[in-house]
Amino acid sequence: MEILNRSALELRDLLDKREISSRDIVEAYIKRIEAVEPRVNSFVTLTLEEALKDADRADEMIKNNTQTVLTGIPIALKDNMSTYHVKTTCCSKMLENYLPPFDATVVKLVKEAGMPILGKTNMDEFAMGSSTETSYFGPTKNPWNLDYVPGGSSGGSAASVAARETPFSLGSDTGGSIRQPAAFNGIVGIKPTYGLVSRYGVLPFASSLDQVGPFARNVADSAALLSVLAKHDSLETTSLKGPRPDYLNALGRDIKGLKVGVPKEFFIDGLNKEIEAAVKKALDALKALGAEIIDICLPHSDKALATYYLVATAECSSNMARFDGVRFGHRSENVKDSVTMFKHSRAEGFGPEVKRRIMLGTYALSAGYYDAYYLKALKVRRLIKEDFDQAFSQVDVIVTPTTPSTAFKFGEKVQDPVSMYLSDVFTTTANLAGIPALSMPAGLSSNNLPIGVQIFAPRLGEEIMLNAAFALEKALGSIGLPTLEV
Amino acid sequence: MSTIDRKTVYRVADLARLYLTDDEIEQMTVSLNKILEFEEQLKGVNTDNVEPMAQAVPGVNVMREDVVENSLPLREVMLNAPDEVEGFFRVPRIIEKD
Repeated sequence: MEILNRSALELRDLLDKREISSRDIVEAYIKRIEAVEPRVNSFVTLTLEEALKDADRADEMIKNNTQTVLTGIPIALKDNMSTYHVKTTCCSKMLENYLPPFDATVVKLVKEAGMPILGKTNMDEFAMGSSTETSYFGPTKNPWNLDYVPGGSSGGSAASVAARETPFSLGSDTGGSIRQPAAFNGIVGIKPTYGLVSRYGVLPFASSLDQVGPFARNVADSAALLSVLAKHDSLETTSLKGPRPDYLNALGRDIKGLKVGVPKEFFIDGLNKEIEAAVKKALDALKALGAEIIDICLPHSDKALATYYLVATAECSSNMARFDGVRFGHRSENVKDSVTMFKHSRAEGFGPEVKRRIMLGTYALSAGYYDAYYLKALKVRRLIKEDFDQAFSQVDVIVTPTTPSTAFKFGEKVQDPVSMYLSDVFTTTANLAGIPALSMPAGLSSNNLPIGVQIFAPRLGEEIMLNAAFALEKALGSIGLPTLEV
Repeated sequence: MSTIDRKTVYRVADLARLYLTDDEIEQMTVSLNKILEFEEQLKGVNTDNVEPMAQAVPGVNVMREDVVENSLPLREVMLNAPDEVEGFFRVPRIIEKD
């Protein structure tokens, strides 16, 4: 267990002192995966043999002193990230046997960094869901309590880190799909500024909202991984130009005088009292470190979820049009003419939630409804962004709960789409506005489930966000990780 | 804003090129109406003189030098084709014979 309990940066130190090898690390994680994976089900594809070869290459890099900060430290990837000739299914029947002919840019970057890839993690089908219950391959269990969901859509990525099956994973966040599972699993998850990290080769859900980001056990590890991912990509037109800082350098600065905004709109009636208390405790801790706590208004944030579900589904309906059974993906046997082939391939390949979102999006974009739904949502989206512009003229960061409740039980919300959507009520604003946000542990509930606190920063404000998180983490102390002992 | 009836659901499914059984049309009508009811709240937001925002980053055309770059080999592109004939994707006949 010794290796498994070390942070990534501690492992870096041990690797550089030649006290352990990357092969030792990967072997320890393989043992752990073999022990707990049957109960947790974080992964849909394991690439353990390849990971051992990656580890040997990393050890070679270390021997030659060509390592970088995460060389030799393993990682798991959400199954919507294209991996060359390794199945990338989006946990859909549609792509059950899909073998990408190229690597996504983020996959290329982690490979270049010398990070062994342990496998591909479970997710809601095409990232559409908040619990992994829509995965074609069955749900992931929350390692803190196997009767509860791990959140979603990046539920497998979050659970794999909490279960100590990997020190790191990547997720994607369209409306909260990194932050909500990070909160439910008691780990750190970052949704970066839109355009900071490349989306090239990551199968899209809603292109103007999707962003890839890291899961890690602590803030410093997450900052190290974000530094690996944050690069301009000429293959993607929304990739921001210019160099990115090393986010590790941002940590450890004094937060005396930091202006922390608290929007009253996030402290709603439906907010779990223990979560409210945990966030208040976090704010007190920041205050004790010299931060100034300021009440702010984000007046349109209560409309964010309704706005999000129109923007996201409209973009989804357009993005999902590529699945027609012609070039890749499932093709129906019912092929009497092309349109029948399209309709049946899609009917057979997609699950109910994906169909529902395609339908809602197609409806919101269709003649006669476009102005009332899609266009209206785009206008409210601007108001939401302007709320943040206004708020960030007064404060440096904004602190809120990540979710209105802790993890829920399997089956509790899956029949009622609106109640499932409500678990994203605090997270969608960041995607709509394009700003960064992270979730980090803020305590445990009375039934021993993690509570997440969310920190928003202005566009490209990752450094101030991570530094605030780092200071808060130190003040709050660790909640630990579940042992999963039988 | 309005409620959505079965006929509209059927028409939208056709637009989305999605075959739905009668049962699915029925369930979809119920769940879409629930969601549209939730969406009613946007109606009350004053958006007079507000420009729509489709992207969080300013939209500018991104150009690159017009130079030849490597693309994927044909063999790789066809790797996942459900029905391939000599480097082409085969689909059902589109133009009928006389």
